[in-house]
Amino acid sequence: MNLTLNETFLAAFCAIAILAAAGTGVGQWVASRTLDPLRVTRLGILNSRIRASWSVLAVFTIAFAIGPQALLVVFAIASLFALREFVSLTPIKPSDHWALVVAFYVVIPVQYLLLGFGRASLFAVFIPVYVFLLLPVIIAIRQDTERYLERVAKVQWGLMISVYCISHAPAIVTLPIKGYEGRGPLLLLFFLLVLYLTDLLQIIASAALAGPALKSNPNKTVRGVAAGAIAGTLLGTLLWWMTPFLWWEALLMSAVIVGTGFLGSLVLSSVKRSLGARVWDTEIVLTRGVLERLDSLSFAAPVFWQITRYLWVIRADV
Amino acid sequence: MEIPVRFLPPIVWLVRLLVGAYPRWLGSAPTATQRIYFANHTSHMDTIVLWAALPSSLRANTRPVAAKDYWDKPGIRGQIAREELNVVMVDRSRDDPNADPLEPLRDALEHGFSLIIFPEGTRAAQSRPGPFKSGLYHLANEFPQVELIPVYIENLHRSMPKGAIVPVPIICTVRFGAPLGRRAGEDKDAFLARARDAVIELAV
Repeated sequence: MNLTLNETFLAAFCAIAILAAAGTGVGQWVASRTLDPLRVTRLGILNSRIRASWSVLAVFTIAFAIGPQALLVVFAIASLFALREFVSLTPIKPSDHWALVVAFYVVIPVQYLLLGFGRASLFAVFIPVYVFLLLPVIIAIRQDTERYLERVAKVQWGLMISVYCISHAPAIVTLPIKGYEGRGPLLLLFFLLVLYLTDLLQIIASAALAGPALKSNPNKTVRGVAAGAIAGTLLGTLLWWMTPFLWWEALLMSAVIVGTGFLGSLVLSSVKRSLGARVWDTEIVLTRGVLERLDSLSFAAPVFWQITRYLWVIRADV
Repeated sequence: MEIPVRFLPPIVWLVRLLVGAYPRWLGSAPTATQRIYFANHTSHMDTIVLWAALPSSLRANTRPVAAKDYWDKPGIRGQIAREELNVVMVDRSRDDPNADPLEPLRDALEHGFSLIIFPEGTRAAQSRPGPFKSGLYHLANEFPQVELIPVYIENLHRSMPKGAIVPVPIICTVRFGAPLGRRAGEDKDAFLARARDAVIELAV
């Protein structure tokens, strides 16, 4: 198939819109007919995910209309909300104030600007090297050594997850793959579709297949996660035409996305519980729970970016 | 040069972006009853955050009470206070010993406005409020029909600790408690202690 970028996006957009509409309809219909409380909660979560997919669709359409720069703004705001949430859960002291000012108002813009100006090599080391060395200095200047290492480590961890890792998702767009020029947004769409359809399929499968629930996420069952992961990988394979990959490469890359995504949600749920987060707020406010929504993305994006860059950009040049 | 406030991004959006200001109505509902909201005071942003946490239908009719020496200045701060928040200015300096600082508050209550007040009078460095000043007691006696709603603003002292110039984004919630009842014959100190306890109770 040799569709143009716009035609491919239009096809993908229509497919997702039809799926979302069907999902919304069926979800509401089933929810109105069931009385079992456990199923009602799981259906509620499913319906909220489907509603969220509408907003993702809207954001993507706007970004496609305006250009890839709009995606940077969207993900920068997502990073801001994620870091805000991380810092809110973390005990910090007033003497950390300047470190946080730097984290929010310097590190986030610089990381995304580096991406915007195509400085991929500096982008990949800015937070893990330069910020890693700068933050402890800022906190040390205040000469408040009480639990010093703990405070430094938490700010750095928050930056790594919510800025460094999340910024790798829009970085997928900018990968200079030979023979795939100008189609970067489609690769990002492929990545996001595999990630979120897998999540959706796991929730649906968990509601359908009984069995023990996951410890890290009581809304998913072990069997549901396994079935959803297999279905998500196959679905990614079927989307090979959107990507620069052959069908079996798309299968392996989908497996990588699904696997790292699962590990991401496992790790972040442990982090959240060790920070003593209360049982997650049932009322989902617009930005609350950004970290939870992006947990799988934050692990999958850097790995996907690195592998794609190594195999399809660097190795292809050799 | 003064920039008219209507050309600035809506202040409520800015507050939401920065600190969330998510309301939690625990013991009362957001209704149009005339009220005095009294809250703990930990940061300069308290006034705007509590106001932004109210639904827009109530905001138009609710006026924060704030210190004249901080808010009544030329520039953006004064414009926000006058045009957006419709602040009731209170003179803390007491240049004229005969002037009653509560007079503008009475005036606003008589015109049917709800008020937002911070009875500590100054910002506390910690999350628990300090002792309350007597203004709340006098207003409660003079306006027995006005509901007294305790409010606890969580986390804001972490966003902008005393002495900081730049606020840091942190999720804040604003908790509204049940109306504080009046007790016949209660003296000033007992009433103020009870009001303070009502705010502290929301902190847990």
